[in-house]
Amino acid sequence: MSEALLALDDVRAVLHSRHQSQALLNGVSFSIAKGEALGLVGESGSGKSLTTRAITRMLDPAFEVSGSITFDGAPVLSMGPSELRSYRSRDIGMIFQDPRAHVNPVHTVGDFLTEELVRNRGLSRGEVEHRAVALLDEVGVRYPERRLTQYPHELSGGMLQRVMIASVLLAEPRLILADEPTTALDVTAQSDVMAILDEQRRARGLSLLFITHDLELAAACCDRLAVMYAGEIVEQGAHVYESPGHPYTIELLGARPSIDERLDRLPVLRYNREIHEQLKAEA
Amino acid sequence: MLLVLLVTSFIVFGMMYLAPGSPLAFVLGPRGGTPEQVAAVTAQYHFDDPFLVRYFRWLGDIFQGNLGRSIVYRQDVTALMSGRIGTTAALVSLSAVLIAVVGVSSGLLAALKSRWVDTVISTIAAVGLSTPVFVIGVALISIFAVGLGWFPTFGVGSGGFDTLVHLTLPAIALAVASAAYLARITKAAVNEERTREHVQTAVVRGLASNVIVRRHVLRNALIPITTVMGLTVATLIAGAVVVENVFALDGLGSLLVRAILQRDFSVVQAVILVLVVAFVVVNAVVDFLYTVIDPRIALGSRQ
Amino acid sequence: MTISMEKTVKGTAVAVRQPGFLHRGYERLGLLGTAAAAVLLLVALSAALAPMLAPYDPDFPDLLAALSGPTADHPLGTDALGRDILSRLMWGARITLAGPGLVILLSTVVGTVLALVASWCGGRVDTAISWVLDILFAVPGIVFALISVAIWGPSLLTVVAGLAVAYVPYVARVVRGAGLRERNLPYVSAAWLQGHSGAGITLTQILPNVQGIVIAQAISSLGFAVIDLAAVSFLGLGVQPPTADLGLMVKSGFDSVLRGHPAEAIAAGALIILIVWCVTVIGDRLTTTARSMR
Repeated sequence: MSEALLALDDVRAVLHSRHQSQALLNGVSFSIAKGEALGLVGESGSGKSLTTRAITRMLDPAFEVSGSITFDGAPVLSMGPSELRSYRSRDIGMIFQDPRAHVNPVHTVGDFLTEELVRNRGLSRGEVEHRAVALLDEVGVRYPERRLTQYPHELSGGMLQRVMIASVLLAEPRLILADEPTTALDVTAQSDVMAILDEQRRARGLSLLFITHDLELAAACCDRLAVMYAGEIVEQGAHVYESPGHPYTIELLGARPSIDERLDRLPVLRYNREIHEQLKAEA
Repeated sequence: MLLVLLVTSFIVFGMMYLAPGSPLAFVLGPRGGTPEQVAAVTAQYHFDDPFLVRYFRWLGDIFQGNLGRSIVYRQDVTALMSGRIGTTAALVSLSAVLIAVVGVSSGLLAALKSRWVDTVISTIAAVGLSTPVFVIGVALISIFAVGLGWFPTFGVGSGGFDTLVHLTLPAIALAVASAAYLARITKAAVNEERTREHVQTAVVRGLASNVIVRRHVLRNALIPITTVMGLTVATLIAGAVVVENVFALDGLGSLLVRAILQRDFSVVQAVILVLVVAFVVVNAVVDFLYTVIDPRIALGSRQ
Repeated sequence: MTISMEKTVKGTAVAVRQPGFLHRGYERLGLLGTAAAAVLLLVALSAALAPMLAPYDPDFPDLLAALSGPTADHPLGTDALGRDILSRLMWGARITLAGPGLVILLSTVVGTVLALVASWCGGRVDTAISWVLDILFAVPGIVFALISVAIWGPSLLTVVAGLAVAYVPYVARVVRGAGLRERNLPYVSAAWLQGHSGAGITLTQILPNVQGIVIAQAISSLGFAVIDLAAVSFLGLGVQPPTADLGLMVKSGFDSVLRGHPAEAIAAGALIILIVWCVTVIGDRLTTTARSMR
């Protein structure tokens, strides 16, 4: 068993407001080894995105965070400002859900790609552009030199997402966090982008935390799966997709309509908070 | 833009005819006139010709550089205005620089620093906004010129550095209200931009915070800021009229006020025309600047 | 304060007090806004009741007491002609409040009508009106006032007329935006289908929904109108002496300042700042509330 690159242990994030306190992350624990891909699955509001924010230390300051998050042994939650910047810049890379919103529209694509390496690592602009062009080519962007001088609004969503992937790969992080990278794209672009991400990751031996609500997609490209519900991980492992154990996972997998069967009604999950709390009390 | 200029010039020209009584009586004023004067004025303004012909004549004169003749000074208006434009322009430019620097930096500080800093700056800005230009002018003069004697009270000085010293207090007076407004808008725009997703991308890449503020927050906030700067320059040009009066600067503004009081209509018409043209040009420049700042806006389109 | 009946969840009717007018006002304005409103009300009342409250006749010159500082007889001192500053402030506030008030009233009415017509009719009518508004926008208020004075001579009414024209586009733009939004909502189509006329719908349905924004904008503009009017009077092109007006008082006070007696200029200037500040604070609060209610 290879050493864990990223390890979360009993991570909690509590939001205090005037009237109540809510634990939006309620004891999340998992780990990712070097070169491994973990799929984090769950419905909206289960806490998937919050988990990524906790890992990158970008949770809203109103949250009270406890537990432990370590990256290659270093404790993330207690890092100082320059250590944090180095961690974000060199160790992790994040691919966001909506590329249109996450790329600054007033700077060129070239600026976007080269900004980090030129400013943080002092490389020359020309050299970084050279590398960027090579990467754009690898991720399937045609006429890569031309793209450098274009602006984000001139590119399609799928193209822009590939640019974002290229920018993450350029920084050569050890762990990639992908937060629903294909949800905002149309179906054809989706499968293309997923294929590219998967291929590049394996080729470079990078770890991946893949957030999605699409179980099948996660199962296809990840080594292990972790299922989240209400801020907790209810089940995780390498065979969750083939043989689910937890009632929630079973219902989730069973809820997908199959092409062969004809149904009168779409299946509805009966699992809810009450059952969830009951199960926890019994365990 | 040309169409707007044309229409406004027509309106400025037509102004004269809105006045009660005949245009002839208006120009000559309550002084009345000798038969020679009546003939001269009629000839100068071509009162015997139909309205539209007069308008095009006037327009033609302007393009040839002839802005008419002042009744009071017995000089060509162009000559009267040429020296004074420089003074007003210098005043407005100096003020604009002050506004941009002070306004944007205060707004930035208010948005990014502690709540205490924010409250102090916002309160000062609120008071600054509420203070008329002439009140500030009078206050500045009484404190710094009369009271402390650091600055001269009146006049434009003898050119170069001396003029700069003379124009300092007037420029500050002009700048206060607009800087306060710009600070407010900057603060709002910066606060808005901070919450945008592309700023999150910059943060998660580990960029230094001053880089993030400069390249991703402020740079994007420039759009509303530019809008305000455009409005501001127009207000400045108008405010210059008042400030020149307070500080006895011999610029376009004081020329205009005197001309109105003395019913020197050619001068009034010419100065107002120049002012209005300046406003329209400034607006056009601002529209152009948008396309430079935000690559999504194409020239000729309106958001 | 009204009483209304509310049903609780379990179905029984319960009488509940609705918050009264003052309470709602406080909610909308916040602490600072309410304080500003109170101060403004105080100033307005003193101005309105000036004929009864002012200790002296504002035009009464007493040359022997000229340019005296604050004394028992004259709490704020006297001006160069020996007139009591406090009384002149109270009388002057009348013009400073009433003049801009008239400006805002006229420009709001005209602007709202134009904007509602533009947003309802759409098409070429809208384009034409918007175009006119754009031209008006390009020119600052004071210039309009100056043009007006140039044509019709210096007086309060001329300035009011000029400023009223200048302020029309500010109200119109806001109302037009809101009007366009409302027009596309289903309740308007419903009323149209019921056979109501365009003018009827606009007046009875759209206008009440837009009035919050209209009032907020009007009050915000009031502050600027006060400044503009005072500025024009300062230049000598508005209210004429010997009438007491705050702008004029700063002007005559200015001459006294140069001779070492700042009382008049300070008093008049401070009152202008106070009035405008209160109006601006109230306008800001109302604008924030109007926006959050959309």
